[in-house]
Amino acid sequence: MNKEIYITDYNCVTPLGFDVESNWTALLEGKSGVALHKIINDHDAFFVSKIDSKKLEIEFKRLFDSAQNDNFTTLEKMFLLSLKPLVERHQISNDTAFILSTTKGNISLLKNESILPEGVYLSKLAQKLADFFGFKTKPIVVSNACVSGVMAISVAKNMIQTGQYKDAFVVAGDEISEFVISGFNSFQAIGSEPCKPYDKTRNGINLGEATAAAYITSELNQNEKFRFKVLGDSAINDANHISGPSRTGDGLFASVQNAMKEAKVSSEQIDFISAHGTATLYNDEMEAIAFNRMDLQNVPLNSMKGFYGHCLGASGLLESIISMESALKNTLIQSKNFKEMGVSQDLNIIKENQSAEIRYILKTASGFGGCNAAIILEKC
Amino acid sequence: MADVMPQLFWRNVKMKTMKKTDICTIENSKIIVNEQTIFETKTENFSDFAKEAYKNFELNYPKFHKMDNLSKLAFMASEMILKNDDHSNTALVFANKSSSLDTDFKYQESINSQENYFPSPAVFVYTLPNICVGEISIKHKMQTENAFFVLDKFDEEFLNSYAAQILQSGKAEKVLCGWVELYQESYKAFVYLLTT
Repeated sequence: MNKEIYITDYNCVTPLGFDVESNWTALLEGKSGVALHKIINDHDAFFVSKIDSKKLEIEFKRLFDSAQNDNFTTLEKMFLLSLKPLVERHQISNDTAFILSTTKGNISLLKNESILPEGVYLSKLAQKLADFFGFKTKPIVVSNACVSGVMAISVAKNMIQTGQYKDAFVVAGDEISEFVISGFNSFQAIGSEPCKPYDKTRNGINLGEATAAAYITSELNQNEKFRFKVLGDSAINDANHISGPSRTGDGLFASVQNAMKEAKVSSEQIDFISAHGTATLYNDEMEAIAFNRMDLQNVPLNSMKGFYGHCLGASGLLESIISMESALKNTLIQSKNFKEMGVSQDLNIIKENQSAEIRYILKTASGFGGCNAAIILEKC
Repeated sequence: MADVMPQLFWRNVKMKTMKKTDICTIENSKIIVNEQTIFETKTENFSDFAKEAYKNFELNYPKFHKMDNLSKLAFMASEMILKNDDHSNTALVFANKSSSLDTDFKYQESINSQENYFPSPAVFVYTLPNICVGEISIKHKMQTENAFFVLDKFDEEFLNSYAAQILQSGKAEKVLCGWVELYQESYKAFVYLLTT
């Protein structure tokens, strides 16, 4: 019998706010972080979900004293801000894991450099954050493209279940960079307007930036404000193509199936799906196929990309946190910018905010390299 | 030393339940399988070494030539172990230190100057470390559990414990574990198969 694993605290730093409460309020009001920003010289502006750097600076100075302020990149400040309240509320012991999810970390530091700056190594980034808060174990970096944020929760669950750790702080983040924008643009994957997941007129992604953090533990102390059990997880590869999703949704289908099997939860029991929904033609279609194969087409579903864009390594954890907040507030959030069905199979896409009892949540993600990930969370 | 206890316990569990069946090491233009050198060249350049190894083993997989060096390294080491056996239930747990920085650096060069601004999707797709795991999965049709970690140094204990957990949960019957580190001309692959 495996140990039960709970998420009992979380936080996030996004363009919509620097804590969960302000994010939730903005989401209820239908606000989006997506707007036009000039990212690349000599190139038109892109629709991205970007944090106001002045606001971030003010918040950072407010919460961290100036002696500690030296030498942090924007992304590191976002990480520190999202972790701080959790570290204050939960003790770090010798058996506490520190898990970081990111795809590109401080990749912006690479610009015009002829040798690698230390800060671009993901393990250096993780160690810097770990040292700042005094983590005692060696940081673990999960870097599986766009599924990293979901997988970071799975990794925490699995490592705690092996008995190696008692609890874990999981943090996930990526920032808007010229590196990533130019790359997705070369793929012609970036939408020319605010992204419209699953919609008939969708034409690509908006990138976003955010950090999110969660505290995951096997040991409850009865002081928790809430508890979500991590019931099951899986991350299965499509084995089909490195830069395009499987037409049959094989990997996502298998990931969801495995996660539900481990969770001992059936399709009828799932109350809500927080899907990936990037608003590219192929991704959204693939998801519709996979969910139908699992008989999940009637379950209320949303994509948060219309609010936050695609935050790469942060997305999965950020969207899991918003899902849990939805369950606590008994409110399903609209899948922003969705108007007319644009995938070939039925999905129950949430068109407006509505109240609902949510006990079992399915969170999924898919990404480059053919990777997919699914987790099942239960509100306790 | 209370904090050491769980790890000691875990080590014992592993020794009882898992065995390493095949091991491949690639470094210094040399491929070693189960302690036997099966290929060696005088070429010091990684790309040429990879090309020669590809010919020598008649890998016959044209996609190989499109891969970045990290994927070539991971792919070659995996080929030596997976061969043509059935791996429909073999998970992949890989890690390294430099992530995809080798290709990141090349991609960054293509966008550094406004005069020579040529971002290429074929290069950009390799700016993620887990792509090499995707390449192996495609070759062997492995629709299985995948994970890629970035660590400051090789940590077999970590890979083994993550693999053990996958095996114990029944999510796979075997796990191909790999440390695949590459930055420019400095590289090392250590890939091995674990079974219960």
